[in-house]
Amino acid sequence: MSNEHSMRRVTAIRNGTVIDHIPQGQALAVLDMLGISDATSVPVSLVMNVPSKKMGNKDIIKVEDRELTQGELDRLALVAPDANVAIIRAYTVAEKMTINLGDEMVNVVRCTMSNCITSNLREPLPHRMKVVSRDPLELRCHYCGRPQDLVKLVKNVI
Amino acid sequence: MTGLITMDDLTNEEILEILEDADRLLPVARGELYLPLLQGRILGNLFFEPSTRTRMSFETAMKRLGGDVVNLGDVKTSSVVKGETLFDTIQMVDGYTDIIAMRHPRQGAAQYAQDSARVPILNGGDGAGHHPTQTMLDLFTIKQAHGKLDGLKVILAGDLRFGRTVHSLSHALTRFGCELVFASPDILKMPAEIVSDLKAHGGAITETEDLYSMMEDADVVYMTRIQKERFSDEDEYAKVAGAYKLHANDLSDVKAGMIIMHPLPRVDEIHPSVDSTRHARYFEQAFNGVVARMALLCKLLGVEVPADVEKAGGAL
Repeated sequence: MSNEHSMRRVTAIRNGTVIDHIPQGQALAVLDMLGISDATSVPVSLVMNVPSKKMGNKDIIKVEDRELTQGELDRLALVAPDANVAIIRAYTVAEKMTINLGDEMVNVVRCTMSNCITSNLREPLPHRMKVVSRDPLELRCHYCGRPQDLVKLVKNVI
Repeated sequence: MTGLITMDDLTNEEILEILEDADRLLPVARGELYLPLLQGRILGNLFFEPSTRTRMSFETAMKRLGGDVVNLGDVKTSSVVKGETLFDTIQMVDGYTDIIAMRHPRQGAAQYAQDSARVPILNGGDGAGHHPTQTMLDLFTIKQAHGKLDGLKVILAGDLRFGRTVHSLSHALTRFGCELVFASPDILKMPAEIVSDLKAHGGAITETEDLYSMMEDADVVYMTRIQKERFSDEDEYAKVAGAYKLHANDLSDVKAGMIIMHPLPRVDEIHPSVDSTRHARYFEQAFNGVVARMALLCKLLGVEVPADVEKAGGAL
């Protein structure tokens, strides 16, 4: 099945954001990282496990009436670093965006080490993860220096 | 340079400069000479975890140089028990002092404190993380004995998993091109991420459980205590307690100049029979904590140690 067909599983949106090429099974984590929960009032469409020429299988998310900012999208580097993002206005692609992984992720995730100083949630300084390597992705806590287990880290989204 | 959180905060050149400063300050550390380089400066001693040597040697170092010290005191009677955050504690002490020495049970606390403070932080141990001021006194002791740091064969033995002193020291020794042997029971091995970091930096490393067969051509044997307080399971501790017990009889085939070090306190990993051998260096090492910290305090406070200390100092 072509990519075009898979996109038709959900109707085109008038205004909002389409996040394509999310790794298979990561769509829920993406929603989590964007803070889109069941309490969100805007319509959200979720397509999981659809065939993709580029990725084998992929997930897609469409968020209506909300334009995600670059800052919000950059949070996704952890779970969907190669996702393509399109801002839709009046049914057409008004802007294409990519996810940028900087040198540091600030206030995106909490360190996974239980004895790290940042595990005291009352401490006010930001949670900081240094990007040590991009491919494969390797993150270390700025404070304790501990290399992060990415599977556990996704569960520590702020 | 702000503070000293890990050994990465110092270049090799800076390390050697500080060790040279420390060497010149020896008569001041021994109390033979009065040199008030830090007069009018205040050190804040923040020890959130028990400490004898580190806390006392920081205090002695500051006072030998004419400076003063304020102590957090017992954590049980401080604001910490009332739920004060580290950030708030640091804000307060930052206002009272010119430099802070800190030990904290949580890893990353020293970096966190440095990010919260304007004054330099000296990391006196953060959980199982780093202990760079101990590393400086260890390097000083090694250089004092061997006249150099590069190209030595150093065995680190005992608790390499939780022992923060060996974490910082192994990084520093690798930077000076030393060959390292990690001798420990399997469950107390050096953390894999540290070994891979050291290898990535060109470290020559051997991991073994057999300490004794590795000692013959070693220049330094650095023993550590297996720390009961780091075990949550008593049975696990019992399995490895007493894994190494170095006795004077074990030293018959070692190099004449080999030195035995230990960050202290020891339990039974070094038998008292070793104390009187020419290899024992742990009590000098503990004394060197004062002189190494004197040099570090000067460095971080931007105070130059005079080239001719005898001339600059006065009699007590």
